[in-house]
Amino acid sequence: MNFYRCFRIFGWNFTITPGRFIMTGLVAIMLAIVSIRLLTGFGVVTNLSDETPWGLWIAFDVMCGVALAGGGYSTTLLVSIFRFDEFEVVCRGALLTSLLGYLLVLAGLFLDIGQWFNSWRPYFSWGYSSVLFEVFWCISIYTSILTFEFFEIFTERVLTKRLHRYIVRVLPIFIVIGLIFPMMHQSSLGGLFLIMKERMFPLWWSEFLPLYFLMSSFFVGSAMVGVESSFASKAYGHGIPHNVMKKLTRIGGCIMLVYLLMKIYDLFTMNLWSYVFQGGLQSNMYCIEMLFGIIIPIIIIFSPIADTKFGLAGYAWLTVLGVVVNRMNCVFTSMYESGSYFPSAGEIFISIGLVSAGALVYAFLVENLNILGRKHAVQINVHKNKDIRSLIWAFVRPNN
Amino acid sequence: MAVLIDITKCIGCESCSVACKLYNSLDFKSEPRNIKNGRIELDDNRWTVIHKYETEDKRIRFVKKQCLHCKEPACVSACFSKAIQKDEETGAVVYYPDLCVGCRYCMVACPYEIPKYQWDEQFPKITKCEMCPSRLENGDAPACVAVCPTNALISGDRDELLKKAHEIIASDSKYVQHVYGENEVGGSEWMYISDIPFEELGFKMVSETPVTKYTKDYISKVPILAVIWGIFLASLSYYNHRNGHGTHSESEEDFENPDDENTKDKQD
Ligand code: SF4
Ligand code: SF4
Repeated sequence: MNFYRCFRIFGWNFTITPGRFIMTGLVAIMLAIVSIRLLTGFGVVTNLSDETPWGLWIAFDVMCGVALAGGGYSTTLLVSIFRFDEFEVVCRGALLTSLLGYLLVLAGLFLDIGQWFNSWRPYFSWGYSSVLFEVFWCISIYTSILTFEFFEIFTERVLTKRLHRYIVRVLPIFIVIGLIFPMMHQSSLGGLFLIMKERMFPLWWSEFLPLYFLMSSFFVGSAMVGVESSFASKAYGHGIPHNVMKKLTRIGGCIMLVYLLMKIYDLFTMNLWSYVFQGGLQSNMYCIEMLFGIIIPIIIIFSPIADTKFGLAGYAWLTVLGVVVNRMNCVFTSMYESGSYFPSAGEIFISIGLVSAGALVYAFLVENLNILGRKHAVQINVHKNKDIRSLIWAFVRPNN
Repeated sequence: MAVLIDITKCIGCESCSVACKLYNSLDFKSEPRNIKNGRIELDDNRWTVIHKYETEDKRIRFVKKQCLHCKEPACVSACFSKAIQKDEETGAVVYYPDLCVGCRYCMVACPYEIPKYQWDEQFPKITKCEMCPSRLENGDAPACVAVCPTNALISGDRDELLKKAHEIIASDSKYVQHVYGENEVGGSEWMYISDIPFEELGFKMVSETPVTKYTKDYISKVPILAVIWGIFLASLSYYNHRNGHGTHSESEEDFENPDDENTKDKQD
């Protein structure tokens, strides 16, 4: 059995595992590519072109990032407002994933905008007719609120005596505000596409797009909590009871069912059935997205398969991947007939690097703060070691 | 200021695209970046291009392509920092690079795929035809219109040009009975008339509803929904509070113990 190293530096735990070592390497590669991107523009690093001005960074880092971070608001909504107290175990984990998700979204956005030194402009030069303006403000405000909510967990450990009690007191107000903004911008992300009516493949465009994005962010939120907790239970032995998870995902499943019915309604009202089966990249992608991302998960979640651990995990993964595919389809598949765009290595590495950075921070935080359950999580199979020199050593020689 | 393009009169001499490059100091040496079906498309150094089309009966036509300066411009409505604005007086859709963040939402919003980007710059800008705003200010026609040797491009007041366009296509039966740009996505300042169906000349067939309508409808609903949702959440949360379910009250005590452990941890 492998024993990993865990280092204590000023009372904080740093654990090094081979996986984390690789992730650190990915983050380093990302930083290198980021500097090339910032120095030379888009031409060298990305495959973006005038035909596909938005690519992987918008589709994955931003659209998927925000949707997957929906776990934060959907569980907060269920726990704090609708009093599903049994979900409280997942609440903090979901909150942390959301916060990290949003920070990554901001990082991705920062890379994707050309004149980043102008990024403060929209705070003063108000293009209020733009849906992006709303998204921009909501994401700014919501990230601040999430940081604040998370700060409560943080002050449990640091500055406990002075700050924590006051923060706990104002928290409910922030939770309510923090539930308005995510609902607004989740739907607004769909609203971004309304103006692209003449450019999108008809199967994806609909006047209900804002609602679709809101609903899918809700059900992918609970699915994401499932995926995340399946990782966490492997690494930290922190399992969410199966029936809690099943109930949580079933609520998502109901919304998914409504989503499916609305999509079908769209097909009838806009007369789109012929597009669905016409073949070609776009209609095939649409069929894949609907079949594997929506229809099969619905069958799983409302059948006895959901009683097995495997079934539930299958539902969660399919749903998450389905939403990822949906966002990519909206951003590029639907809009470009020639289909010439495929993300470049640079774009892919930066996206992977961002996700790795998120995972590393996540692991560090759950090991040091009370997020999964009542105590700090501890990596199973950890060999404790207190020497800072061996930390550096471990970075040089990961496997000893 | 509006422009009417009579496709039957264009001889494809490219004077307009040269004038455009000169007037806007674009790079003459730049390689074409976008080529579609053998035709050079717009790019950051080509704000206008001439496309050659040959019909089945071997007639050759040239189509000038540039921003149409929509009456309900999608790009203007899409820009979240007002870096593209429509000049009230001249109707020109003008770009203000100092305000631009570089999000490229305008590029994906434009129904005609007009705005292009400087992909190889460190701090790239959006590029597109701006109808030579400084010339319009002095009452001159845009550079391309001024140099056209055959009067295929004429500029003037939109209503008058539209009237004229309808007179021309009504008086001569060779013309298609349609003025492209009169109503397309809400109409545009630049309009075309032709003797060959517009579809065959690469024109995009779009609906007459301005695409900005959909975002307007949506945005106007958002504040009301947000307020209703907020009130609903707040009252529910208050109700929960009154019933002694303070969100974090119980957990607070539970966390005391691990806290103590930590302080100990930190000390040793
Ligand atoms: S054609 Fe495109 S770029 Fe030109 S004004 Fe209309 S929406 Fe804007
Ligand atoms: S790229 Fe610039 S001009 Fe275009 S929408 Fe974004 S901020 Fe506005």
